[in-house]
Formats: sequence, C-alpha cells, structure tokens
Amino acid sequence: MAKKIYSTYPMVKYLRKEALPTALCPGCGGGTVLNAFANAIDQLKLDPRDLVVVSGIGCSAWIASPYFLADTLHTTHGRAIAFATGVKVGLPDKKVVVISGDGDLASIGGNHLLHAARRNIDMTVILVNNFIYGMTGGQVAPTTPFGAKTTTSPYRNIEHPLQISETVAAAGASYVARWTTAHVYQLIESIKKALQVKGFSLVEVISQCPVQYGRRNRMKEPAEMLRWFLKNSVPVSKAKNMSPEELEGKFIIGEIINRQRPEFTEELNKLIDEVQEHFGLKGE
Amino acid sequence: MIIRGDEPDQVRLIRKLYKPGNYFMQGNEAVAYGAIFAGCRFYAGYPITPSSEIAETMARELPKLGGYYLQMEDEIGSIAAMIGASWTGFKVMTATAGPGFSLMQENLGYAVMTETPLVLVDVQRSGPSTGQATKGAQGDFFQARWGTHGDHPIVAVSPTSGQDAFWETIRAFNISERLRTPVVVLFDGVLAHTREQIKIPDIEEVEIAYRKLPRNEEEAKLPFGDPHGDGVPPMPLFGHGYFTHVTGSTHKENGLRDVYTPDVHERLVRRIHRKIEKNREVYEKYEEHFTEDAEILIVSWGVTARPALGAVLKAREEGINVGLFVPKTVHPFPAERMRELAKKARAILVAEMNLGQMIIEVERYVNDDVLLKGVNKIGGVPLTVEEILREIRGVA
Ligand SMILES: Cc1ncc(C[n+]2csc(CCOP(=O)(O)OP(=O)(O)O)c2C)c(N)n1
Ligand code: SF4
Repeated sequence: MAKKIYSTYPMVKYLRKEALPTALCPGCGGGTVLNAFANAIDQLKLDPRDLVVVSGIGCSAWIASPYFLADTLHTTHGRAIAFATGVKVGLPDKKVVVISGDGDLASIGGNHLLHAARRNIDMTVILVNNFIYGMTGGQVAPTTPFGAKTTTSPYRNIEHPLQISETVAAAGASYVARWTTAHVYQLIESIKKALQVKGFSLVEVISQCPVQYGRRNRMKEPAEMLRWFLKNSVPVSKAKNMSPEELEGKFIIGEIINRQRPEFTEELNKLIDEVQEHFGLKGE
Repeated sequence: MIIRGDEPDQVRLIRKLYKPGNYFMQGNEAVAYGAIFAGCRFYAGYPITPSSEIAETMARELPKLGGYYLQMEDEIGSIAAMIGASWTGFKVMTATAGPGFSLMQENLGYAVMTETPLVLVDVQRSGPSTGQATKGAQGDFFQARWGTHGDHPIVAVSPTSGQDAFWETIRAFNISERLRTPVVVLFDGVLAHTREQIKIPDIEEVEIAYRKLPRNEEEAKLPFGDPHGDGVPPMPLFGHGYFTHVTGSTHKENGLRDVYTPDVHERLVRRIHRKIEKNREVYEKYEEHFTEDAEILIVSWGVTARPALGAVLKAREEGINVGLFVPKTVHPFPAERMRELAKKARAILVAEMNLGQMIIEVERYVNDDVLLKGVNKIGGVPLTVEEILREIRGVA
C-alpha cells in the first residue's frame, strides 16, 4: 500500500525513500510543511545538490532531516542555527535551510535565533510553531497560549507566549513571514521568497499537533485545529489597526518584514578581500 | 574536493607572512600559529580568560590567509559552527577555558558520534565555577575525558611549553584529521600567558595530515562505514551532491538513524572506540628523562612537567636515582609504557596543579607494593622546582 502512495506523489523525488514512511503522527502539520517546502524547491527549480538542510531536535526537526533528499545535518537540541552558520560560511553559494520546532529554535535555541537575525546571515529558517513540545510528550512551550493546558501546565498556562516573528524582525532579519498550515499556497510563496532573499529569513508556520496539543485543548481532530487557525488568523495589514486586547489569541499572518541589509557572509568575504589587498597578499 | 587551507597558494602566503626564525611570544599565540601552520582556516569562539589571545590572534591573522574568524554568541554556538564548517571541508578550531569547555560538552559528544574532525583548545584555569578566572590550573583532566555523556573515546594532548604548544597544536590537527575525531588540547593559563622564545619553522618542515575523502560514489554513500578496515570512514563533505545525512543519533553506515536495533548501536559505538584503540601509533606520545635506572619516578604533564624536570635534574646532582615520565597525549593514557616503568620503580610521584587527577589514571597501572603519592598544588601558582624536589628527597 505504502509503495503505491509514494509512486503517485510527485514530490517524492525530493524525499529519501529509504527513510519513509515518516515518523510523524497522522494529521500532524509537519507533513504539510514538508510538502510546502518540497513544492517551493520544485517551483524555484532549485537543485537539491545546492541545498544543505539543518535541524535541531524535536518532531519538527525530522521534517527535512532525514526525509528531504539533500545534505542534511541533524544537530543537538536548539543549536541548528549555529551549526548552519558554520555550514553557510563554508558554502556561501549554497542555500542553507533550517527547519525545526518552536521549542528547539525559540526556547533552548533562542539566543542563536536572535544573533543569526542580527548578523543577517543568509539562511532560511522554517520554524514550525505547534505551541507545544511534541516529541517529549506535550510539555508547555514558550509559544503555548496563555491559559492553555499541557502536561506541565495541567491547570493552565500562566506564561505569555513569545511573538517569535516580531522578535526576529526586530532583531534584524531581512525577511519574516508567518502563516498557518491552513494557508498552504501563501506558505509556499513565502518559503520561495525567503529562499531568494539574500539575508536572514524566517518563515514561522503555525502548525497543528493534534496528538499533544489538540487533545488537551479540546481539538482532538486535525481539522478542528485547522478551523481554529482559520478562524483566528488576522492579516498583518488588518492587525495594524487593532489593539493588543483585540489581538489576544489571534494569529497575525502575512509578511512581517521584507528589507535589504548587508549580509554576513558577503561582508565577511569582502573584509577578507580588503585585508589581503591591504597587506599585499593577493596572488599574482 | 579540497580541504581548505590546502590550496597551493597557502604556502606562498604563509612564507610571506611568517618568516622562519625566533620570536618572543605568548603560549596562546604559539597555539594560534600552530593552528595556522596546520591549515586551520575557520575559527569560531567566545572570549574567556586565559584563552582570549588565541581568538585575538586568529581574528587578526586568518583574514590574511583567506580564513574565517567568527565570534559567536556563546561557546555552544562556537563548537556548533565549527562542526558545521568541518563538514564543508575546513580544518576548524576553537579555544576556551573551564566554564566554556563545560558548555561545549554536549556538542563535543556530537562531534565524537558524527566523527567530525575539530580541535578544541581548553586553556585550563582555576575552578570549580568561575574560581580564579585569571589563574592557571590543571583541573580539567577528567572533564576532557568524561565531560560529555555516554561511552565515548577521546583524544587529548597536553603541551609543556610555548614552543611545545606550537607543535602539539599541529599534532592535534593531524590526529583529528587522520582519525576523523575531535581532539582536545589541554593547555593551561600559566603557559598561555608566559612569553618565551618560540621558533617558527618553514612551512615545509611541518608535516600536515588531511582527512580521508571518499574515492568513489560507493564510499561516499557510506559516510559511517569502514571500507578500509582501520575504523576510519572517508568523510563525504557537504556541497558535493552526495546527499549525506549526519545525525548525533545512533545511525547506520549510511548515516540514517536507527535507535531501535541494539546491534546498530553496538556496531557504531564499538567501531568509534576501536578506531581510537587500534590506531595508537597515530596519537601515542610521551617524553622520558632518566627513566633507565629510575627507582623513583615522577609522572607529570603539561605546565608542571617543567618544574618536574628541574627537580629531577637537581635530585640527580644529589645522587638520587629519579626519572621523569611525561605523557604528551594524556587520553588515551600511555598505559603500556606506564606499566613497564611502574614495574621498575619503588616510588612514584605524580605532580600536577590540582588535587589529584592524573594520579587516578596512573594508579591503574601501578602495583600495590609501589609507594604512589601525589604532589599537588592549587591556588593558581604553579609548583616550583623546590617543592617537587622536597617531595623527591622525602621518598629517596
Ligand atoms: C539538551 C536537550 N534538552 C532536552 C532535550 C529533550 N527534547 C527533545 S525534543 C524537545 C522539544 C522539542 O520541541 P519543539 O522544538 O517544539 O518540537 P516539536 O517536537 O514540538 O515539533 C526536547 C525538550 C534534548 N534532546 N536535548
Ligand atoms: S507529537 Fe505532535 S508534533 Fe509530534 S509528530 Fe505527533 S502530531 Fe506531530
């Protein structure tokens, strides 16, 4: 049976067949993200040989590593962006992509996320925000909505969620967009844009984890979670005229920022050129 | 495919920039120049006393050679960036001290598990915790060995002078490249900041090793296999279209994760151990002075080996049959030679700037009838010739 599905799925050429089927739960938003990413690569006609995909630890980290057929680096929890920084400096002509979860990138890895944005190093981060620590069994995350239930906030969450996209935009990224898994076409377009931007780009994807989040917050079915996303999504343009109270519990979707700033690896190589010129070290 | 720093033009650059001859410099600078001569063209680090001059020297020199200096947001990011860069074909290094070394431990384990060559210099300082931040010590002997979790081998070398630091850093790179493994350089704050005469050789006098690269597509498809039977798999670098998958989780020869099959874990972890055990000739190194007729043996390492030699020379003048054994690669310990020497000795003194760490390793190779005693000092001031000599006289 499984074989049949693979043979009719057009994006299968981008997947590591020997690693399939994926370990993601049925109905997990991770599949949508993998599909959107593969479609973005396909539409841009990017050669996967020109890609290096890096991820941390968590369900979302598995989306592209090992499943995506490229050079893939599956790192330690929270450190994907720092590993990717070394990869990008070594291979400035390749597209370096990080795909990982909100816990991985914004909690334990929050510092690397901010500093990569500040440096404006050319990489694309696809951050899968499912409001929870999925892999470790549904504990509270830095993105868990206020009042939500998790295994470590069994009564209710009394912490305020981090607005990742806004924070990364403020830190200096070139491109930031947020979508949900219910906005697949927009998501693909944003991933394509992010991949083409010279500089740090973040695409935050609000994604469903029916198993660990939905089940504990009265949305057992994946479709219920998607309906929740659709009902509460507010486009950036509209959100501008709304008060913080009105925006409580809403998902602001669209492009948060899109600008040009000097990029890190380019500046680094420019600096090396200048230094070598200055000391008369250029080859004959 | 090329290992960065191996380009023909690098020889011209090094010759132009660093004329052979004697220089007056700090141990830390000697480490940095050693790295440069070994071909290191990527450095990622985070400042910490007493290691910072290594970063400063690399930040100044690497751009001249077309190399990259990155100051990361912390030590965890530094070793992470190094591992990423190593997979693109760079020889990479970072330097840190106790607290930073602690932060790097998780990714040091990752480098062991993914067989990523890198050199990590730990300029040991007084601890625990922030301790005496500016003072030297030798308290990280076991942090280097067992700082990261799980069953893992580690290679650590320890220089005994500034000049030695230059050569030992090069050796650390060569071991790391030959065995596709991280190598720790256990340096210390005293030598790091001591200025002394250091001879810089011509680049042609330096033996430089490079990691094994896959010879064909087939080898590239097994980044964690053992096609040559020496336990060291060729390393398919990123960016060459091999679609290599690298993970710190237990993986099969093709790199894909399999954490459920006991045999896969056994095969991988035992091979990583075997790779280090079986290739002793690649890394084993020790120095001996007057050991032929020694009834009393001093065992010492790193910074303390110098006053230890001074004490041995003086004791010899007094007619005491004392010798000195200095492991230069401290992990894996030169067990066989230690055992041989221990058979001939009546008393063994282990001198080090801590409350007794290497002595625990030495004890494993010494019979009960030998008097084994530590000569230890903490507080940031190295042991003196007199202090060690006094202990020798005490057992003579
Ligand atoms: C240093 C370290 N701490 C904790 C863990 C355990 N851990 C594994 S995955 C994970 C959470 C991942 O959450 P997230 O990034 O949101 O991904 P999800 O599984 O929800 O997709 C944690 C805490 C670990 N692997 N390493
Ligand atoms: S636990 Fe949640 S995030 Fe993880 S695979 Fe299952 S549904 Fe997806």
